[in-house]
Amino acid sequence: MDKSIKIKIDGKGIIAKEGQTIVEAAEENGIYIPTLCHLKGIIPSGSCRICNVKVNGRFLTACTTKIHDGFEIENNSPEITELRKIIIETLFVSGNHYCPACEKSGNCILQALAYQYRIMIPRFPYIYEQREIDASSPKLILERNRCVLCKRCVRTIKTDDGKNYFAIEGRGHKARIILDEELAKTMTEEKAMKAMENCPVGCILKKETGFIKPIGERKYDKESISKVCVK
Amino acid sequence: MNKPVIATTSLAGCFGCHMSILDIDEKFLELIELVEFNKSPIDDIKTFTKPVDVGIIEGGCCNSENIHILKYFRDNCKILVSLGECAMMGGLPAMRNTIPLEECIKEAYLNGPSTVNEEKILPNDEELPIILDKVYPCHEIVKIDYFIPGCPPRADLIWDALLHLATGKKLELEYESFKYD
Repeated sequence: MDKSIKIKIDGKGIIAKEGQTIVEAAEENGIYIPTLCHLKGIIPSGSCRICNVKVNGRFLTACTTKIHDGFEIENNSPEITELRKIIIETLFVSGNHYCPACEKSGNCILQALAYQYRIMIPRFPYIYEQREIDASSPKLILERNRCVLCKRCVRTIKTDDGKNYFAIEGRGHKARIILDEELAKTMTEEKAMKAMENCPVGCILKKETGFIKPIGERKYDKESISKVCVK
Repeated sequence: MNKPVIATTSLAGCFGCHMSILDIDEKFLELIELVEFNKSPIDDIKTFTKPVDVGIIEGGCCNSENIHILKYFRDNCKILVSLGECAMMGGLPAMRNTIPLEECIKEAYLNGPSTVNEEKILPNDEELPIILDKVYPCHEIVKIDYFIPGCPPRADLIWDALLHLATGKKLELEYESFKYD
């Protein structure tokens, strides 16, 4: 039997299983910790930092940190909330995110997080980075203006024999997502759909599937991401 | 007590936010009991005739004229409100920010599929406002005090916001009203 571990999140005592991460333990106990680069069921990378919590006084990413007895975790403190807002605002100004024209609007995790934290305008000036759109493959469009470099596509969309369709090219602010030209030609409908679904923003788009759901019926139209994720 | 004075303008926007103001329908009759309109496309007053309490800005800044009007509003209004996505983050006009300006102008005036411009004239007259390198949100040009999100903001939200501004109360936004599209 799994060993039980007692931890506290925002002062509330919860019991979780040994080997679980903070995000998993919180979700099982109905507590929402925001995630963006992390996708349930895959190895976490802890790169976006939105799940930052304070564990016994230290900042740690909740998606990569496994729980231990006696963890006292701050998740909803004003300090953590402010930190998360800064991360979201940084992502908004470092890309070119025009929600009214985006196919993913209403189903976008970045937008849903901005709604969750009630971000009106970013406190930082926009960078207006020039990024190229790649629509050359038969099934997908890469709208790099919206990419947050979470690598979800790199980590989850692979051929049956384990080859990557996606990769990151370049370093620093020149880093960009690319799609293997040859493999993309043989990509199945299902894989293309999965790539679009796994993209948390509107960067990977499956051709001819944009704006399918009308306003009002999209994932985060009626309920905040904290309610959608923790039922 | 005098009624609060309101002014509105549309910069680089589509007038959709103003249409959404009109979408408060019969509540407009209540609104004009509560507030007085000054410079605005709604009453067609072209210049400020008195100090204004609340200036409402639709659209971002895509040319020198937009900047001029925005500063004119800031100088004449106690409170400035950005109304809608274009004012808040550039919105649809800002989609050109991902394309170099020269390319945009060439596409519009020389190379566009429906363009007939045999003399290859590009707009270049001192009467015309200068196009900015990017489309900027209003808060990057002047101080903006409040924001009403949406594309366009829902009429109910505009009504609530105006009512709360006129009566000086704090508005708590409902989740469903807080949208970028």
